[in-house]
Amino acid sequence: MSLLDVSGLGITFGGLKAVDDVSFAVPAGEIVSVIGPNGAGKTTLFNMISGVYLPGRGTVHLNGVEVTGQTPDKLAPMGLARTFQNLQIFHEMSVLDNAVAGFHLRERGSVWADLLGLPSVRRRATFARDGAMKLLERVRLGDLAEEEAGNLSYGQLKRLEIARALAVDPKILLLDEPAAGCNAVETEEIDALIAELAGEGIAILLVEHDMKLVMKISNHVVVLDQGRKIAEGPPEQVSQNPEVIAAYLGADGEEALHAEG
Amino acid sequence: MSKWIQLAILAALIAILPVFFPSGYYYRIGALVFVNGIAVLGLVILIGFAGQISLGHAGFAGIGAYACALAPEQFGLHPALALLLGAVLSAGIAALIGRPILRLKGYYLAVATLGFGILVAMTIQNERALTGGPDGMAVEELGLRDLLRDLGWRVSGGEFWYGVCGIALLIGAWIALNLRDSPTGRAMRALHGSEIASRTLGIDVARQKLVAFVISAVFASVSGSLLALQNRYITPDVAGFMHSIELVTMAVLGGAGSVMGGIFGAAILTLLPQVLTVLADYEQVVLGVIMVTVMIFMPQGLLPSIARRLRRTRK
Amino acid sequence: MDAFLQFVFSGLTVGAVYALVALGFTIIYNASDVVNFAQGEFVMLGGMITWFAHDAGLPLWAAALIAIALTSLVGVALNKLAIEPARGAPVISIIIITIGASILIQGAAQLVFDKQIHRYPAFSGDAPIEVMGATILPQSIWVILGALAVFVALWLFFTRTLMGKAVLATANNRLAAQLVGIDTGGIMTLSFALSAAIGALAGVLVTPITLVSYDVGVALALKGFAGAMLGGMGNPKGALVGGLVLGLLEALTAGYLSSQYKDAVAFIVILGVLFVMPQGLFGKTAAERV
Repeated sequence: MSLLDVSGLGITFGGLKAVDDVSFAVPAGEIVSVIGPNGAGKTTLFNMISGVYLPGRGTVHLNGVEVTGQTPDKLAPMGLARTFQNLQIFHEMSVLDNAVAGFHLRERGSVWADLLGLPSVRRRATFARDGAMKLLERVRLGDLAEEEAGNLSYGQLKRLEIARALAVDPKILLLDEPAAGCNAVETEEIDALIAELAGEGIAILLVEHDMKLVMKISNHVVVLDQGRKIAEGPPEQVSQNPEVIAAYLGADGEEALHAEG
Repeated sequence: MSKWIQLAILAALIAILPVFFPSGYYYRIGALVFVNGIAVLGLVILIGFAGQISLGHAGFAGIGAYACALAPEQFGLHPALALLLGAVLSAGIAALIGRPILRLKGYYLAVATLGFGILVAMTIQNERALTGGPDGMAVEELGLRDLLRDLGWRVSGGEFWYGVCGIALLIGAWIALNLRDSPTGRAMRALHGSEIASRTLGIDVARQKLVAFVISAVFASVSGSLLALQNRYITPDVAGFMHSIELVTMAVLGGAGSVMGGIFGAAILTLLPQVLTVLADYEQVVLGVIMVTVMIFMPQGLLPSIARRLRRTRK
Repeated sequence: MDAFLQFVFSGLTVGAVYALVALGFTIIYNASDVVNFAQGEFVMLGGMITWFAHDAGLPLWAAALIAIALTSLVGVALNKLAIEPARGAPVISIIIITIGASILIQGAAQLVFDKQIHRYPAFSGDAPIEVMGATILPQSIWVILGALAVFVALWLFFTRTLMGKAVLATANNRLAAQLVGIDTGGIMTLSFALSAAIGALAGVLVTPITLVSYDVGVALALKGFAGAMLGGMGNPKGALVGGLVLGLLEALTAGYLSSQYKDAVAFIVILGVLFVMPQGLFGKTAAERV
C-alpha cells in the first residue's frame, strides 16, 4: 500500500476542467514528481490533495484512510505537509517563530496555561524551539533564526518553508516548486535535501520546473497536460515517451529532458 | 525586550508617575488611561496578534459596564462579582456571535462587528426602564475602599482607583505578554501572516480567531466595568460607535503588534483631548490630522516605529 | 394600506439618501479598494455649503452647484493627501485614516460654519402631494428621482463611455490598466471627485427634509456603508438596492414595530445577510489563489 493514493481526481472551474481524472500513488521513501507546462493543473492538483480545494470528483487516500475533501488542518495531524509555489511566509514573525509555528500540533496545550504563562508552556516551547533550531540548521538558516522573516531572500524563504513543513513531522511532503527562483548552488542543496528526506522514509510529491532536478532525483514522474495525465513512469522512460515530447514539451523540452545525457 | 523587563518598566511608570501629579485630578486621568489601556490590550490581541478587525468592541465594554450597574441593583450582587458576571457574559456572547462573524474578512468583518456594537448601544439606550436610557444610571460603590479604611489605610478616591486600575492593567499586560510568546499566541500571529499556511500546519484557524475574539471581549468588558465602578455613573456612550473607534485607534496608533505599543497609544489618545482643550474649537481638526499622518508615516504605529528608528540610529 | 404607503414613501426617501451614499462608497471602493468612512461628510458638506451660500444671498441652484463643486475638491484633496500616500496599507489603517479624515472635516466645518442646525427652503414648496391616500413631500420626490438619475447616469458612464470603462479596468486590475496606458492616478482623482459630488448632491437634496449640522455625517456613513455591504461591496446595483432596502426596512420597522429599534433592524438584517451570504446579496465569491 502506498502512503498517498490519488484516484480519478478532478475539479472544474467555471466549466473548465482544470484537473480531470488524475490517478497515481506515492510510496513511502520515494520521490514522485508532477511535471507539465504552465496551466497544466499541477498546483490545482496539489491544492486538492492538501485540502485547500474541495475536489469535484475522485478520492485521496492517506495511509489507506480516505481523506478526500478534508481540510488542511485535519490533514496535518495525519502527516501531510506542504510548501507553496508563491510563498506563504509569516512575514512579521522571526525566522525561528516561523519554524516553531510548524510545531503547533506538538506544542499546543490549554489556552489557560498559555494565558497564565504556566511552567508547562515553557516546557512545550523549549521542545518546539530546540526542534525548530535543528530544522533551521538543516536548511542552513540557523544563523538567521532571530531575523524577521520578511528580510530574507527568496531562496532563503523557500528553505524556510521546507523547514516549517518538516516541523509538522510529515509522512508525506508536498513541495510546490521548491527550487524556483534559486541559483544553481541553492538548487543543488535543495536537491540533496529532498533526496535525504526520502532516504528517511518520507514520501515526497514534487512539482518542479527544473527538469534537470526532476530527472535526477525522481523515482517516478507523472506528466500532466491540460488537466489530464498523459504519461507516467520512471524518469528515463517518461523522457523518451514520444507523446510527452511531441504533445507538450516540444523541441525545447526534448533538449531539456535530455540535458542530463 | 523580555516580558519581565517590559512589565517592570510599566510597573515603575505606574508607581512613579504620581510623584509628578500637581493635583488629585491627575489620578483620575491616570486611571482613565489604565482603563482604556485594558480594553486596548484586548484589541492588541485581536487586531495585532490575530489580524482580525473589530469596530464594535465598545459593545463588550458596555456589557461590562452595565453588568456592574444593573446586577447589584437588580439582584443585589456585589459589584466585584458583577464585574465577573459581565466578563463571563461578554465571553459567552463573543463565543456565540464569533463563529459566524469571524468567517468574514476585511471590510465585511468591520461592518458586522460595527453592527454588533451598535445593537448593544441601541439596546442600552432604548431600555430606559432598566438602564435610564441616554441619561445613564448610577453605579453602586465597590466598597473596597471602606474595607481599606477599616484596616487603617486611608486613600482618596482618585488614588484608590489609580491603584486598582494600574494593577488591573499590569495583570492584563502580563496576560497579553504571556499569550504573545505562547503556542496559542504564535498560532494567532501565524494565521495573521497567512491563513492558508497556518491551516497546513494543523492550526484550527476558526478556533484561534474565536479564542482571540473571546479574550479581547473579556478585556473590553473588564475595562467597561472598571470605568463604571470608578465613575459611579455610566451612560450608553461607553458602548457607542465612537468609543469603539477610539479603542481601535488607540491600539493601531500606538502599535497594535506590540503590547507596550497599545498601552502607549491608550495613554497618548487619552491624554491628547486633555491637552487639546486649550485649542478649544481646533481640537477635532488636530485629532483628525494626527490620526491621518501617523497612519501614513508610521503604519506600524508610534511605539514600534520609534523603536525601529532608535535601533537604526544605534546601528 | 394608506399607512403602509406612507411608510414606503418615507422609507424610499431615506433609502434614496442611503443609496447615494452607498453609490459614493462603491465608486471609491472600485477604484481603490478603499472604504471611505468620510463619505458621510460629503453629504454634510453638500448641505452645509448650500445653506451657507444661500444664506449669503445666492439663489438656491447656484448655492447647490457651488456646494457640489467645492465638495468634489474636498474629495480630490482627501485622495491626494490621505489615501494615495497610504497606498497598500492594511484595511485597519485605511479605516483609521478615513475616520481621521472624517473627524478632521467635521472639525473644519465647525470652524468655517458653526455648530447650529440649518435648513433652506424646499425646491418645489412644502405642500404635500396626495397619492392613493398617502402623502409625499415634493422634496422627497426630488430625493428619490435624484438617486435614480445618479444611478442611471453612472450606469451609462460605466457601460457607454471610454472613461467609465477605464475606471472599471483600473478597479479590475490596476497594473494591467496601467500597462494599456490608462492614467490610473487620474482615475483615482476622478473617482473621488465623482463620489464626493454624489454625496454632496444627496446633502443638497435632503437637507430641506432632514436639516443639516456639522455632525450628521457619521450616521449617514454607517448606514451607507451598511447599505453598500448589504448589496455587496463594489456593485453599483447592489448599492442602489441595498440603500433602498435599508431605508424601507427602517421606515416599516418604525411604523409597525418600534421607532426606537428602527436602526437596530437594519443592522440585524445586515448581520443575517452576512452570516448566510458572506459576500452580500450581489457580491461574487472569489476562489483563493495559493
